[in-house]
Amino acid sequence: MALLQIAEPGMSTAPHQHRLAVGIDLGTTNSLVATVRHGIPEVLDDEDGHSLLPSVVRYLPDGYAHIGYKAQAAQTTDPKNTIISVKRFMGRGLKDIAYAENMPYSFIDAPGMVQLKTAAGIKSPVEVSAEILATLRQRAEDALGDDLVGAVITVPAYFDDAQRQATKDAAKLAGLNVLRLLNEPTAAAIAYGLDHGSEGVYAVYDLGGGTFDISILRLSKGVFEVLATGGDSALGGDDFDHRLFCWIIEQANLAPLTDEDTRLLMVKAREAKELLSSHAETHIDATLGSGEEVRLTISATEFANITQHLVAKTLTPCRKAVRDAGLSVDDIDGVVLVGGATRMPHARKAVADYFKTLPLANIDPDKVVALGAAVQANLLAGNRAAGDDWLLLDVIPLSLGIETMGGLVEKVIPRNSTIPCARAQEFTTFKDGQTALAVHVVQGERELVSDCRSLARFELRGIPPMAAGAARIRVTYQVDADGLLSVSAREMHSGVEASIEVKPSYGLGDDDIARMLQDSFSSADQDMQQRALREEQVEAERILIATQSALDQDADLLSLDERTAIDTLMSQVRSAAQGSDHGTIKDAVEALAKATEEFAARRMDRSVRSVLAGRKLDEVA
Amino acid sequence: MLMLAVAGINRTLAQITNPACSLDRLFFLERMENHFALFGMTPRFTIDAAVLDAAYRDLQARVHPDKFAAATDAEKRVAMQWATRANEAYQKLKSPLKRAAYLCELNGIDLAIESNTQMPPAFLMQQMAWRETLEEARDTKDLLALEGVEAELRAARAQQLSDIAALLDDAQYAQAGERVRQLMFIEKFGDEVGRAFEALEA
Repeated sequence: MALLQIAEPGMSTAPHQHRLAVGIDLGTTNSLVATVRHGIPEVLDDEDGHSLLPSVVRYLPDGYAHIGYKAQAAQTTDPKNTIISVKRFMGRGLKDIAYAENMPYSFIDAPGMVQLKTAAGIKSPVEVSAEILATLRQRAEDALGDDLVGAVITVPAYFDDAQRQATKDAAKLAGLNVLRLLNEPTAAAIAYGLDHGSEGVYAVYDLGGGTFDISILRLSKGVFEVLATGGDSALGGDDFDHRLFCWIIEQANLAPLTDEDTRLLMVKAREAKELLSSHAETHIDATLGSGEEVRLTISATEFANITQHLVAKTLTPCRKAVRDAGLSVDDIDGVVLVGGATRMPHARKAVADYFKTLPLANIDPDKVVALGAAVQANLLAGNRAAGDDWLLLDVIPLSLGIETMGGLVEKVIPRNSTIPCARAQEFTTFKDGQTALAVHVVQGERELVSDCRSLARFELRGIPPMAAGAARIRVTYQVDADGLLSVSAREMHSGVEASIEVKPSYGLGDDDIARMLQDSFSSADQDMQQRALREEQVEAERILIATQSALDQDADLLSLDERTAIDTLMSQVRSAAQGSDHGTIKDAVEALAKATEEFAARRMDRSVRSVLAGRKLDEVA
Repeated sequence: MLMLAVAGINRTLAQITNPACSLDRLFFLERMENHFALFGMTPRFTIDAAVLDAAYRDLQARVHPDKFAAATDAEKRVAMQWATRANEAYQKLKSPLKRAAYLCELNGIDLAIESNTQMPPAFLMQQMAWRETLEEARDTKDLLALEGVEAELRAARAQQLSDIAALLDDAQYAQAGERVRQLMFIEKFGDEVGRAFEALEA
């Protein structure tokens, strides 16, 4: 096929220099970090040899936090300050959270996303997640002995824009350079696909601690193409625990519980659930705060009976995804199981029955997502040679729309569109002399705005007064490769424009992040300065390498003047990076970035032309 | 329809004001706004799906943002625009209905989907019959009847497509346009059938 061997665009000039990149699975119950060393993906353990980091953060009155096992150990004694399953709160308002009444936290119903009142102050779910991510980042840097170039962070495929944005903000807060947000089932497919050299259509059934995803992918010739995805971002192993917890209360006839007892029985429920995956029956023994004893026995059959409806709930999205992919169950060549909750035999059986095939689970379902993410991070960091790579084509899980008259939703980008994608739609004014237009961005499949998730609102102002229906307002939705949306609106006659990155209503503004960063370093202002400087230096180094690489390949696309201008700006970046003022570095980097825009466009044109030229030669030959 | 052109057009305008931009490049960018040209294909209805798939993958292998994760922000932005453009073109050409509509549009046929709802009487009769069966199947939760309608739809769709293919490749765009509008009706009805299946299975 490849007649012309051309250096891959965007690749480093120094391919032999391995860039440290990791994949992070930020899970509801456990989180992991993995990397590729000597060509093999591996999960990085902590100093005690644990590969899993429980996604638990305990806040202490002195402002510090314990993360992982140490926090988990305190969950029954200090439930109010020990945050578990924080992933379920990401990008969510209080009304979105199931069983909030059974949770020991003091929630604050902040606009957009809930917050938690802890001994260490008010915390956003983004901050809690950032603690987990920062711990994994530290683990990776200790293990690898240097700063990371970047990380791929996984998210449930069914996460909406608000949840994705919250995850990206958490990573930023943890000081990670996000190479990509990657869908969890897609990450698993990469791990399996590359491991087995598989070709064909695969379903990835991912039942995690708090989320369920189903993705249908086609694997062929180094391309992972997601055909459809579906799921439920509030259904996971936690719900099985909760059902068993309710069963315990019913069986033992317990009066309303204290927060400590609630957490204790939740822990017992989880332990029992895990044991029942490999035992025919198990005992639940607990001593409540009052001294009351709980002694119960449950069989695997009984557990399957009381949770069968939850398993059934996962099959509806499976049917929908198969249909959305334009396939029938018989077209699926294999099914991959991901997530600890897929260890439950009745879940496995349901999957096997529906897909009419024995599901694969030969890569540890707790680790497969992190391993796949590490492999992708290694690729994105530029550690693989051209030709020895693969292409990932993923989709958005939920339709993106706009509110129209009468509270109805007009879909702008349908679900399962391959990303990146963009779509523009034209609207007009409905009143004479109307000078402003409100744009309300929503996500979801339902027809009424009130049934969809509101992502952002903004106004296009300064439209020149015209007769009703005369204005032509083009609203453009752009979804990037992380699945994140930005929206712009433009009146076509006057050129009046407004745009928004979909953040403010559900995510955090850059100001919020700056404030949180400030807060986390309030005791040591010096650290904050140091960190900002270090980050700008890394960025300067990155852009210098990338620009030099571009020049090495395509300098002939520049006129002498243009080349001189870029060379000058590069040396300004270089000398600014020697100094200690992060503001100066930032300005120099921005000037260089601006000066290379046209160059970048021309380089891409050349690349596209070469693809076309290559094809013509192919056809002749 | 014009949508994805947005990124391309904006750039073209920017480049007109840029003396460094050659006329040759402007022509190139304009040419690339044609979905077929982007994949180096001749604009016609009958295409080889394997050739389209391969062309799309070759292009994405060049322009996808994943190839530029370590590049400058400017390159990342350009990559996103081209990858977006490639996805748009691929979706349009892959779907026979969208491809047919696009070919009509390229040849100056305004499908006027919103305003023009005129259909031949026989076609309308058929639609009404299907609708009745659908409603009955929905009311009586009759999965078999629903599957029957779906099978008929599939056959009707295939017939329309083969007619459209013949008309388009014979350059009879106006007639093809009529049939494309009919097929769009069928597709819309197909969506309703799909929802009925979902409702029954839920």
